[in-house]
Amino acid sequence: MNAAVTATRSATALDVAAIRRDFPILHQTVNGKPLVYLDNAASSQRPKSVIEAISRYYEHDHANVHRGVHTLSQRATDAYEGARETIRRFINARDTKEIVFVRGTTEAVNLVAQSFLRPGFEPGDEILISALEHHANIVPWQLLREQVGAVLKVIPINEQGVVDFDEFQKLIGPRTKLLALAHVSNALGTIVPVEKFIKVAKQHGVPVLLDGAQAIPHTAVDVQALGCDFYCFSSHKMLGPTGMGVLYGKRELLEAMPPWQGGGDMILSVSFEKTTFNQLPWKFEAGTPHIAGAIGLATAIDYLEKIGMDRIAAYENELLEYATERLSALPGLRIVGTAPDKAAVVSFTLDGIHPHDIGTILDTEGVAIRTGHHCAMPVMDFFKIPATARASMSFYNTREEIDRLVTALEHTRQVLG
Amino acid sequence: MDLKDLYRDVIVDHNRHPRNFGKLQPADVHADGHNPLCGDRLTMYANLKGEHITDVKFEGSGCAISVASASLLTEAVKGKTKSEVKELFDDVHALLTQHDAAVDPARLGKLAALSGVREFPARVKCASLCWHTLNAALERAAEPVTTE
Ligand SMILES: Cc1ncc(COP(=O)(O)O)c(C=O)c1O
Repeated sequence: MNAAVTATRSATALDVAAIRRDFPILHQTVNGKPLVYLDNAASSQRPKSVIEAISRYYEHDHANVHRGVHTLSQRATDAYEGARETIRRFINARDTKEIVFVRGTTEAVNLVAQSFLRPGFEPGDEILISALEHHANIVPWQLLREQVGAVLKVIPINEQGVVDFDEFQKLIGPRTKLLALAHVSNALGTIVPVEKFIKVAKQHGVPVLLDGAQAIPHTAVDVQALGCDFYCFSSHKMLGPTGMGVLYGKRELLEAMPPWQGGGDMILSVSFEKTTFNQLPWKFEAGTPHIAGAIGLATAIDYLEKIGMDRIAAYENELLEYATERLSALPGLRIVGTAPDKAAVVSFTLDGIHPHDIGTILDTEGVAIRTGHHCAMPVMDFFKIPATARASMSFYNTREEIDRLVTALEHTRQVLG
Repeated sequence: MDLKDLYRDVIVDHNRHPRNFGKLQPADVHADGHNPLCGDRLTMYANLKGEHITDVKFEGSGCAISVASASLLTEAVKGKTKSEVKELFDDVHALLTQHDAAVDPARLGKLAALSGVREFPARVKCASLCWHTLNAALERAAEPVTTE
């Protein structure tokens, strides 16, 4: 019995020491202390393999894609399109045509707003979001409000930071044109049980967009199993380069959507009278793309898959439990966002000490966390606080680092008395 | 970077016990200041007699640096003329941003406690928010009163 337990343990446990050796940036001191990086929800760090894949590409294979007959252009095109296949497999999309490269989650949401919703939108049509959205899943819809009179409806959250499913069922209706939901909240860590929301949306014939920016680095995502129509994510939060992201969209929907930017690469032929647009997914990729970004992202996915998303999720959950337990024990510390199902994010306030001061004092102890509104000001308003301090963990973090966070918080208390 | 340089005793004290804190009623001028990056919100109130600031108060919430800075400001500007306040703001701004700032410590008085902020560039805005807000309030006073 004991042996069996040990065996399963070792099959799932991560060799975190070895993993940490893959991340060069973690091995430095900040303000004279070993760096503790707990700002992964803002942006993760990159393993050597990703950094090297990008350098290798620039050192050996770079040329423009889809253009030249020469060898380098062929190699660059193969690597770029190969990356698309890696991403398709990672999220289990049916077809690489459904994988559109964009700059990040923000651009993906804007693309859907302008190219999917805007044409054919009638004033008074509704978009349904939740109260825990990142600004990236609020502002693009507000622009539509200015442009075509869209009505933005907001599903409330409760004190734990859980999206109210009953209210959602009341809010969805015949004028709802899209349900746009965070899969995981960046400010609170709430994992939204999107499956049941999608099921109801489907009954109403309402398409669903998921903002997966915080979900995809931490859990396995299967877009077909989810049944969502669009899924948006950013490479820089999942070990990949910045300036790179993905819009997954169901092929039928993408086919019917007009291009959203014009230029090279998104056309088949151009004359001054008539332009024929390229096929999917290139129809949405005007101009020279971020080739190295796609290659870096695919390499990041290889790295994540080598470890295994399930093991990552399990380990991060252990870290979350440990951090929650240690932080809750600190006098005057209040955790903001206590949903039963959470990603490894702990947002908190300390009685009488502003998060900004916490951030500065922690930094002098080498501990990097995020303080502020986390681009989710409506969430702060809901909890009637101006800001929180947020520690967000990744699989390369350790319990010892959480201990360092706790010690630094005790020190904060001393400094500000 | 020495934390003790930023959170000097004067700063910690003024954060815990802000002076001239609360609403000034009635107030000749007031203005709201907001630092969206960290969520600091301040309202500065002032009463004027001619060019002189006869009373000043503030309310709001913010980090230790912004609250202490506002508290120190209220003590420093009371009784000064608008142009003296402007000069003082220039001195404080130099103190917050320049290493070799040629400001006379005697003129700054307790405000000199803010000098540690310049080692923490991310915090300069916290310390200057109250000054910008007071400026806005005073400038508004100079605007012609609308008679709608
Ligand atoms: C939930 C969520 N949505 C969207 C975004 C925006 O991502 P990006 O800035 O990479 O476009 C973020 C990033 O902070 C996020 O956490």
